[in-house]
Amino acid sequence: MSQNEKHHIVKYRTYIFVLLGLLTLTGISVAVTGLNLGPFAVTVALVLAGIKSTLVLLFFMHLKFDQPVYGIMVLFVLAVFVVVMIITFLDYSFR
Amino acid sequence: MEQTSTHTEHRDDTASKIGMWLFIFTELLLFGGLFIVYSVYRFKNPVAFHLAAEELSKLIGTINTVILLISSMTVAMSISAIQLADRKKAILLLSGTITLALVFLVNKYFEWHGKFEHGLYPGSQELFDLGQGDILFFGLYFTMTGLHALHIIVGIIVLTVMLVKVIKKNIQSDNYAQLENAGLYWHLVDLIWIFLFPLFYLIS
Amino acid sequence: MSESKQPSYLEYQGKYKGLFGWIFSVDHKRIGLLYMYSIMTFFIVGATLGLLMKLELIAPGKTIMDAQTYNGLFTLHGITMIFLIVIPGIPAILGNFFLPIMIGAKDVAFPRLNLLSWWIYIIGAVIALSSQFMGSGPPDTGWTFYAPYSFKTTTNMLPAVLGAFTLGFSSILTGLNFIVTMHRMRAPGMNWMKMPLFPWTLYGTAWIQLLATPIVGITLLMVVAERTLHVGFFDPALGGDPVLYQHLFWIYSHPAVYVMILPAMGVISEILPTFARKTIFGYKAIVASTLAIAFVGYFVWGHHMFTAGMSGTAQFAFSFLTFLVAIPSAIKVFNWISTLYKGSIHLAVPFYWAASFIFVFMIGGLSGLVLGALSTNVHVHDTAFVVAHFHFIVFGGVGFAFMAGIHYWFPKIYGRMYDESWALTGWVVFFLGFLALYSPMFYLGMKGMPRRYFDYLPEYHGPNIFSSLGAVVMIFGLALIIINLIRSARKGEKATANPWNGTTLEWTIESPPILENFEEIPTVTEPPYHYK
Repeated sequence: MSQNEKHHIVKYRTYIFVLLGLLTLTGISVAVTGLNLGPFAVTVALVLAGIKSTLVLLFFMHLKFDQPVYGIMVLFVLAVFVVVMIITFLDYSFR
Repeated sequence: MEQTSTHTEHRDDTASKIGMWLFIFTELLLFGGLFIVYSVYRFKNPVAFHLAAEELSKLIGTINTVILLISSMTVAMSISAIQLADRKKAILLLSGTITLALVFLVNKYFEWHGKFEHGLYPGSQELFDLGQGDILFFGLYFTMTGLHALHIIVGIIVLTVMLVKVIKKNIQSDNYAQLENAGLYWHLVDLIWIFLFPLFYLIS
Repeated sequence: MSESKQPSYLEYQGKYKGLFGWIFSVDHKRIGLLYMYSIMTFFIVGATLGLLMKLELIAPGKTIMDAQTYNGLFTLHGITMIFLIVIPGIPAILGNFFLPIMIGAKDVAFPRLNLLSWWIYIIGAVIALSSQFMGSGPPDTGWTFYAPYSFKTTTNMLPAVLGAFTLGFSSILTGLNFIVTMHRMRAPGMNWMKMPLFPWTLYGTAWIQLLATPIVGITLLMVVAERTLHVGFFDPALGGDPVLYQHLFWIYSHPAVYVMILPAMGVISEILPTFARKTIFGYKAIVASTLAIAFVGYFVWGHHMFTAGMSGTAQFAFSFLTFLVAIPSAIKVFNWISTLYKGSIHLAVPFYWAASFIFVFMIGGLSGLVLGALSTNVHVHDTAFVVAHFHFIVFGGVGFAFMAGIHYWFPKIYGRMYDESWALTGWVVFFLGFLALYSPMFYLGMKGMPRRYFDYLPEYHGPNIFSSLGAVVMIFGLALIIINLIRSARKGEKATANPWNGTTLEWTIESPPILENFEEIPTVTEPPYHYK
């Protein structure tokens, strides 16, 4: 029962690349606010934030290296939240 | 307590990690409730939310984002350092994380302070005169960044405990599950900020 | 029993003696009983409040209390019954006690966290109940704390809201503990599809506790912030939308109904095979329907708000989803009935409770469809019909299943048998009282009697008398049951290890169990409920 999974040691270099990616994405999301995207401003911001959080989940939080059960749980929780959000907006968008 | 000796003879790191993830899910949904409120009110008051976001300093927001991203990397690296039995580097990286977290809080303090000086706080007359959209925006701004700051403070305490444990050699290359879980918690704080930042500071 | 190397968990003396040996024990069995004693205490309070309400309603006009007292009473009755009793209820008592044993483990994954949950529960209960005694009068919003009244009323809302918030933590930690326990501590050979059904329902429940509770937690904090700091959230004067409060509240509180009922279904699924001497019909269907209820139950919250001013689209969607969730519930009923078909049924007290559970659950469930359908809902919304419906589900469902479970596992918990004739009499009296109490409310609701009023029009008098007398009968039955159990726990005949001829793991160990449940962790080869 106390056997534990083998642990993957992530290289420092990997983390640095991920950080550089995250900083670039932050730069992009700040830069695009200068453009007048109109109604797409929220969408673009959320998509960029989504990519950033995926990077954090996969690398910093080790989902890429761990057993799939953690990733499945994360996806399940996100799915529940997204459906709750959609259903809430079934009310607000059609009032 | 009394039966501890018999009950905890097996250390199950995987169990504590699953437990930590489950705890993270509850935290995500705690903020999730606020995100639902934010979305609904943004949907109902698009113009006011756009204009109110311009009151916030993009510069401080961006600096704080960079700080949190770097701190997330350093705490992740400290786990690799412990796994490689490089204690000195782990101590350095953890201290760096805690320092960055403190800098984040100092920035936050000045930001909030500025808003209060301008009379932009819940229940103030200035805010009331600005209109309903602004009341909602700043109510959510203070609640969400405040709750986030509370998590930063808890994170600082947790990471400090981890740092002491590393220094005292209670966390070592064969026993680092606690540090890993503390790291997960810190990344959660980062994850939430990744969404708070554009929603409050950028979309304007 | 004497050849056992270890003493039973009831006799074991740890570092602390007496009372401290209980309130500081990290043994899941003792914690389960701690929950049972505290929940039973609150239940007696809650049931007394309910009886007082029924006595007020025995005649139109003021009978024994005025309107404001009645408002305070139904609020406290709701808070106690929902947050203190049925939500923790079966998982915290029977789940704590039997989950580790049924999956062949020595304890839950985090025993100390388990004890902490109980302490948080007690602290939350004290905070919530303190609202009755401090400041400016008992809360009068009902257990739902609807905005904007919850931050406008001058009564003592803060302790009630913060108490509910604190109790949420206890619920979350219990759920977290159970999920990890089931992921990591199943006995060798017990794969997911060999796990008994009660643990399965606890698994679904635990996920709901984990994912839904934080939403109500933050919502209650928003009400607190709105009341104390005047942050604008739900106050229309500040641009807020009170209907959004209802959304957030029910996003939690509807799934909370499944937190209550799923473990109840699990208990019934344990009892029926044992007393029919037959394996459960459609094990996989029951597992699948459990998970389906837990999942779909998350998305049906809006049927509490059909008259609140939602968009037509949302009303249609919620009505549709509500009908969907009825399907897995019905699947379970069919499975239970099919389990009994051609079984050699052994008539005993737990079986009577389980069978009556199916009866009241079906009435509750079918009346739920009346409320789930948009058109009929508008007709009976906020009437006594709703009260009858959810008492059939929540009290009929959870209460009957708990009674079934406690009469089923009592010999295992205390190592003693209860007096069966007393228990049977108690069941008959309770069951008849229950039906007399709640059935008239369906009729009253159809006739238009609103809920939550201390008064009613004279034309509703007759059924109300019947209902109030039913309440008295039911409380009398409850007293018989509780007295019998308390007496038997101390003086009953010694029970054998397997008095009902059950097949799950808890019947393979001694009654009462030893401290670590198993002399040796068993290896599981057969699916559960394997007869012959």
